[in-house]
Amino acid sequence: MFEIFGIPSQALFGQLLLGLINGSFYALLSLGLAVIFGMLNIINFAHGAQYMLGAFMAFFLLQYLGWNYWVALLVVPILVGIVGIVTERLFLQWLYKLDHLYGLLLTFGLALVIEGVFRNYFGSSGLPYRVPDQLAGGRNLGFMYLPNYRGWVIAFSLVVCLATWFLIERTRLGAYLRAATENPTLVRAFGINVPRMITLTYGFGVGLAGLAGVMAAPIYNVSPQMGSNLIIIVFAVVVIGGMGSIMGAIVTGFALGLIEGLTKVFFPEASNTAIFVIMAIVLIIRPAGLFGRTA
Amino acid sequence: MKRIIGLAALALALACGTAQAQYSDGVIKIGVMNDMSGLYADLSGPGGVEAAKMAVEDFGAEKKGMKVEIISGDHQNKPDVGSNLARSWIDTQHVDVIVDVPTSSVALAVSQVVREKNKVLLASGPATSDLTGPQCSPNTIHWTYDTWALANGTGKAIVKTGGDTWFFLTADYAFGHALERDTAAVVEKNGGKVVGKVRTPFPGTDFSSFLLQAQSSKAKIIGLANAGGDTINSIKQAAEFGIVKGGQNLAGLLVFITDVHSLGLQTAQGLIFTSAFYWDRDEASRAFAKRFAPRYKGNMPTMVQAGIYSSVLHYLKAVEALKSDGNGDGKVVVAKMKELPTDDPLFGKGTVRADGRKLHDMYLLEVKKPEESKGPWDYLKVRATIPAAEAFRPLNEGKCPLVGG
Repeated sequence: MFEIFGIPSQALFGQLLLGLINGSFYALLSLGLAVIFGMLNIINFAHGAQYMLGAFMAFFLLQYLGWNYWVALLVVPILVGIVGIVTERLFLQWLYKLDHLYGLLLTFGLALVIEGVFRNYFGSSGLPYRVPDQLAGGRNLGFMYLPNYRGWVIAFSLVVCLATWFLIERTRLGAYLRAATENPTLVRAFGINVPRMITLTYGFGVGLAGLAGVMAAPIYNVSPQMGSNLIIIVFAVVVIGGMGSIMGAIVTGFALGLIEGLTKVFFPEASNTAIFVIMAIVLIIRPAGLFGRTA
Repeated sequence: MKRIIGLAALALALACGTAQAQYSDGVIKIGVMNDMSGLYADLSGPGGVEAAKMAVEDFGAEKKGMKVEIISGDHQNKPDVGSNLARSWIDTQHVDVIVDVPTSSVALAVSQVVREKNKVLLASGPATSDLTGPQCSPNTIHWTYDTWALANGTGKAIVKTGGDTWFFLTADYAFGHALERDTAAVVEKNGGKVVGKVRTPFPGTDFSSFLLQAQSSKAKIIGLANAGGDTINSIKQAAEFGIVKGGQNLAGLLVFITDVHSLGLQTAQGLIFTSAFYWDRDEASRAFAKRFAPRYKGNMPTMVQAGIYSSVLHYLKAVEALKSDGNGDGKVVVAKMKELPTDDPLFGKGTVRADGRKLHDMYLLEVKKPEESKGPWDYLKVRATIPAAEAFRPLNEGKCPLVGG
């Protein structure tokens, strides 16, 4: 049906751009996961549910308070982050000394509970959320029609990703954080409140998921299962990039978006599985992931 | 991971001792099996269980001395989960009849199990016309709609109004394939042409890539051979990419009122689709909807839920007429259901055909503009009624082995 040479190059550019847009969601979500894993050693399976929470909160703010998209973009990550902080204080902080598996089970359970509650109250078919007026419409790029909103998604998530990378890898605060994960006792001896820093880091990672949720609300259907549809792919991204590697998560997110975009053209039936095939290959060649450091 | 979400037991006490009915184990047990938690949960799900309960109440089983119990379960849209659940229901819980079973792939699997165990399957949720075609069964009745009826209703109407070149976005499983096949046949029969198709992984989130392929095909009509969340996402993203503004039109081949509710009229307006039921069509359907809504979170019933009500009611009538459940012999009950004419407030008078196809009118509906709607759930208007005789595939074209010649 589709031959490699049967696709005009213009159409291919369009598909690559779309892949990049999806990739920016993968990058944003896997970034939060990588931050949490890198700093807390927690495999945060509730990330999808927290992303869904972000989209729903944007909907609530608009529906009940009349707060528009731009306000939601600012407020929702903070709200979702606070939910994350409460979660960390109530449950996660007791698990750091235990095996990874416990954190994984806890967050997986939390995700099921959150999704179940939302499904019970709001049904499974989802709620409508409109593209903000300022970004409605689109422009013709010659090779494709690009909705303004999608262009915004790419630009904004790139900025957020790079800012996060800069914060953790290049600032004093980031240095404290990295030091605290290496040797918490020593960092404590310098008078730094390590447990509080860990809590805030989890809140930050979860807030990133909430932010991705707000950005997804106008594009995808705001529904309770929107997170579970994405979370597995995002985990594959993190594994390919190297667990805990910030740059790895960003680069892999965008790259896999591109690759997935191409499979959607040449072999659409396989587009859901392509990422996992790549994951398997990467794990065989580089078990620590592309950007991971072998311990 | 087998999850029986709710064991909604409806124990109706035996009122008086005058009834002479003989039931295999004293109880008629109805198992409502559908998607309780995934993308089809709103259009069938817990609301379907409520509809079945309403049928039992309206039939007056208690007064007639029949003991009817309803249980429900989640097949998670997975054929293996569905057939295992059906087996355990029949073997260990003595379920006499399984109803609903949306998701065609699951329904085909469950139909096999039900046939093997000689029980009854009343399929309201699934779409594939194969259930009354090559895979028809003397134990299965396909109640509400099927891919042929959808294709025939929507496909014909669109080709006749000038939409003669089609590109399909097809959900990559039994249902999508059947819907695409049946619609393509209708399009070609009416002088249209299919210029391309793309099979999309199920369930999907981002359809923009596929929509772009559809756009570059220059087809006048983009046929959405998908359902539920997939349909919602494709329509939403088609609006985003200016596909309709660019002169191409979408044909939602299977759209439920819950999808319209989720999309909002702003995005969904003008969409044409075929359905077996609309709650605001006449007095009887409105009366049913008014009773249904308070029992299920204020939602109006979908055609699948209406079909569950109607099919359970007819099943109980057949059991009453037999004065037994055939001692657990499903074929006997289904034969009786085919013999008796159907009549209920939601679908009117109808019949069940030899191949297991229930016949009733279908409706071509159009989504209202936002300014035409008076409030929530006032979403659709009836463009045309397709009479029962024309709405479904002719008996001799289905290749059902039960039909001689």
